[in-house]
Amino acid sequence: MLRFYLKGLFRDRSRSLLPIIVVTIGVTLVVLANSWVTGVLEDMVVFNARFATGHVKIMSRSYFENRSQQPNDLALIGTSALMASLKSEYPEMQWVERIQFGGLVDVPDENGETRTQGPGGGMAVDLLSDESREIERLNLEKSLVKGRIPQTPFEIILSDQFAGKLEVEPGDTVTLISSTMYGAMSITNFTVSGTIKFGTAALDRGGMVADISGIRQALDMTDATGEILGYFPSGEYDDVEAASFAAAFNEKYSNPQDEFSPVMATLREQSNMSGFLDLIDYFKGIIVTIFVVVMSIVLWNSGLLGGLRRYGEMGLRMAIGEEKGHIYRSLIIESVFIGLAGSVIGTLFGLFFSSLMARGIDISGMMQNSTMMMQGVMKAKITPAAYYLGFFPGLIATVLGTVLAGIGIYKRQTAQLFKELQA
Amino acid sequence: MTHTIHMTAGLLLITSIAAAQPSGKEILDRIDQNMSAESRYVKSKMIIHGPRTSRTIESETWAAGESAFTEYLAPARERGTKMLKLEDQLWIFSPATDRTIQLSGHLLRQSVMGSDLSYEDMMEDPDLASKYDAVVTGSETVDDRECWIVEMHAKTEDVAYQKRKLWVDRQRFIPLKEELYAKSGQLLKKTELSDIQQHGSRWYPGRIVYKDMLKTGSGTEFIVDEISFDVEIPEYLLSKAALR
Repeated sequence: MLRFYLKGLFRDRSRSLLPIIVVTIGVTLVVLANSWVTGVLEDMVVFNARFATGHVKIMSRSYFENRSQQPNDLALIGTSALMASLKSEYPEMQWVERIQFGGLVDVPDENGETRTQGPGGGMAVDLLSDESREIERLNLEKSLVKGRIPQTPFEIILSDQFAGKLEVEPGDTVTLISSTMYGAMSITNFTVSGTIKFGTAALDRGGMVADISGIRQALDMTDATGEILGYFPSGEYDDVEAASFAAAFNEKYSNPQDEFSPVMATLREQSNMSGFLDLIDYFKGIIVTIFVVVMSIVLWNSGLLGGLRRYGEMGLRMAIGEEKGHIYRSLIIESVFIGLAGSVIGTLFGLFFSSLMARGIDISGMMQNSTMMMQGVMKAKITPAAYYLGFFPGLIATVLGTVLAGIGIYKRQTAQLFKELQA
Repeated sequence: MTHTIHMTAGLLLITSIAAAQPSGKEILDRIDQNMSAESRYVKSKMIIHGPRTSRTIESETWAAGESAFTEYLAPARERGTKMLKLEDQLWIFSPATDRTIQLSGHLLRQSVMGSDLSYEDMMEDPDLASKYDAVVTGSETVDDRECWIVEMHAKTEDVAYQKRKLWVDRQRFIPLKEELYAKSGQLLKKTELSDIQQHGSRWYPGRIVYKDMLKTGSGTEFIVDEISFDVEIPEYLLSKAALR
């Protein structure tokens, strides 16, 4: 019987071609949209985790409350002891200390007077220890445009755009005018060791990276740090694990009465990341729902048109004694085949286009004035969900469309059939 | 008849109070006579009470008119840092970097060595009468001293604080308390002056506590260890040559 239906579909292309094309286009779009949005949002999460949030981050309670200002006067003190505790209690995690700093970068002329200057924001990370993986984590080596990674505490990397604006080259001396953690003015000379392209407009405008030991001296932050970032060994963010990890840490170390006691926050709790993470989950549901509704309406209409075209055939089948229910079921079985074919083809097309877009689209030109931490290249990402996310809605929408369109069969009156056929 | 006598007595009382109360302008002139000088030398300590720790910074300052030169003596991190103000310009010399940086724009609003004082505060001309209109709004006792309450409004826009409120000692004409406001009316800073000492014909505070109301911490104590008025200041000390 199934072969009979299949033969019918193959021989009468007008019965199957249009619905298959419609389902294929729909499923392709669902797979592509899912891969694109997943890729872009997950890239943002990974990028923010590497540069700003870690998978978990430890700060003082008051620093956490004012974290948007990166207030080093509220930094953690006695961090060498805290780092030692963290490394012994949670050896599987990777712990790194970072200091976010801002200031004016002043370039002297041959007389030591200001030649040019501009505001910048920087990140102090461990660049000099043998065990540090920060260079790799921040992709610094590959992002270098000129020069090299700092090899001494008082060397600094400037964003290539910022260096160009200040007219400095590797080897030149710049003076960082900033504030110590006690609020005093700090004036420190650094040698530019290289220039870098961060790939995000906000950082490329005035970003810098220096070794944490040099910045500690500059900002009078001996045994202090703004933030301690923790990374899971897998490199992947796991929200459930991070939340339980943070709860355990805060229970042990954090004191709500002491504004300078350490507190651990998960990636989700920082930098509006929770919105992004929720968006990734919601988006899949939203596109599937929209797809099923829209496709069902399109296929319902297509089924109605097909029903009109096959009006005579249905009439004849009923006239020779075929039950309405049997005809209805046969239409639904046909739609399952159509849905299967369209979903398979659509999934394949969707995966193909997603793999093309996984190479990335450069949008850095559109983000010149952006202040968001976003990468300049947006890439799609094919996840396991891409293999089935479009498949089932494609099938469901086709069947649903046929179920709605086929209801008309039950409205036909047997008594009228021969009159209709004679006509 | 009794009614007329009461009225006359009341009027006489009001007139005598009005006669005893100096005008705002007169009070500001008397304050300037105490606080301003042709030139002065001050050796001072600044104790900054931060939210977690207190730090003491020692310095020497030579000032004449609108020019001032300060050299920091302690702690070790700040020793040798020099600051020069020439009219409305300010330079800082950092010995560690061998750089002289001119401060302008928003940098002038930064705190001096992490204290509750900004560079803008330090650059302010101490002469109040030329910058502000003043009105006496009442009287109050501060530290057991009878004070006039004087409200000052800036004559021009180019001052750090558009409104100031002073509690001025009625006898010595020295402020004992001050509140500094932004144009919006927000209270920005409070100062308390104490340990008032006589130096010749003038009165001058030995201790001033500044509190930046927008900062955490318990304020900054400015303690005058040594002060001399109308001293001879070598010309080079108030020039850029003194910075290196």
